[in-house]
Amino acid sequence: MNNAILMSAGADIDIMVHGLFSYEVFGQTCWITTTHVCVLIVMILLIGFFIAANRKIKHAKETPDAFQNVVELIVEMLDKMVKGVMGVNSVKFANYISTIFIFILMSNISGIFGLRPPTADYGVTFALGVMTFCLIQFNKFKHQHVSGVLKGLCDPWPIWAPINIISEIAVPISLSLRLFANILSGTIIMALVYGLLGWIATFWPSALHVYFDLFSGAIQTYVFCMLTMTYINQAIDSE
Amino acid sequence: MNISGNDLILACSAIGAGLAVIAGIGPGVGQGIAAGYAANAVGRNPGAKSDITSTMLLGQAVAETTGLYGLLVAILLLFVKPLTW
Repeated sequence: MNNAILMSAGADIDIMVHGLFSYEVFGQTCWITTTHVCVLIVMILLIGFFIAANRKIKHAKETPDAFQNVVELIVEMLDKMVKGVMGVNSVKFANYISTIFIFILMSNISGIFGLRPPTADYGVTFALGVMTFCLIQFNKFKHQHVSGVLKGLCDPWPIWAPINIISEIAVPISLSLRLFANILSGTIIMALVYGLLGWIATFWPSALHVYFDLFSGAIQTYVFCMLTMTYINQAIDSE
Repeated sequence: MNISGNDLILACSAIGAGLAVIAGIGPGVGQGIAAGYAANAVGRNPGAKSDITSTMLLGQAVAETTGLYGLLVAILLLFVKPLTW
């Protein structure tokens, strides 16, 4: 940590990812970090919720009770969102988009519950970006075939191919960096408020939490899923 | 007072981090313009408010990216310190 900030702070400012224990793989030292633990907590919570929802929907009743109502509301909302962007292609991708939507949303707002948000680690968001990239390229090759992809790469003239390749590679990087930097900046600002102000920071930082964790997290989740859907849609029908 | 090369690099990194965050000006102006036009559009067509809001938020979030790159450079300079040895 930076000494200058630490000296002026009453409490410890902690924004970094910490290693918990290390292990050796092929001569490389790998670390299990706090991010892994936070992702695991989010995953366990989500999987528990999903199993409960699955059981509930399997024994769905004509007149839904509270939990069934909530599950149906969430699924309908996500389906509507995917359908609004992808139209007829939405059937195949609704599951994937809904899954990453719920995962990213829960990761982003886990800062409220005292975790370090897993999406404030570039490893997590880069994995999400790479998944989007693979989906885009797979659908491009599937629906436009090799000739179409090559034609798209040499768009005005073949001499533009390197620039087009760079713009293809820039998609996952900009997607993941946007999510990462937004959540990280929120985490840093909250850590600074708590660390620098000490006892003054009682009660009123909750308003900051609402903005940086809830609002910003929800917006960035929406943007990530929206852009993923737009890119996939572009790859599917670009004729 | 003697300043080692490492200290000088740290000080310059701090200045560079401050300069890098100036990148926030552009997205601020851009987001303001987007919000202004969105307000204009809602005023003309209040029925399409939800569509306009979601389009505006999407555009603003994409415009924000360049500012965030500046922020990332600042964070890297301050916390990762790539130039020191």
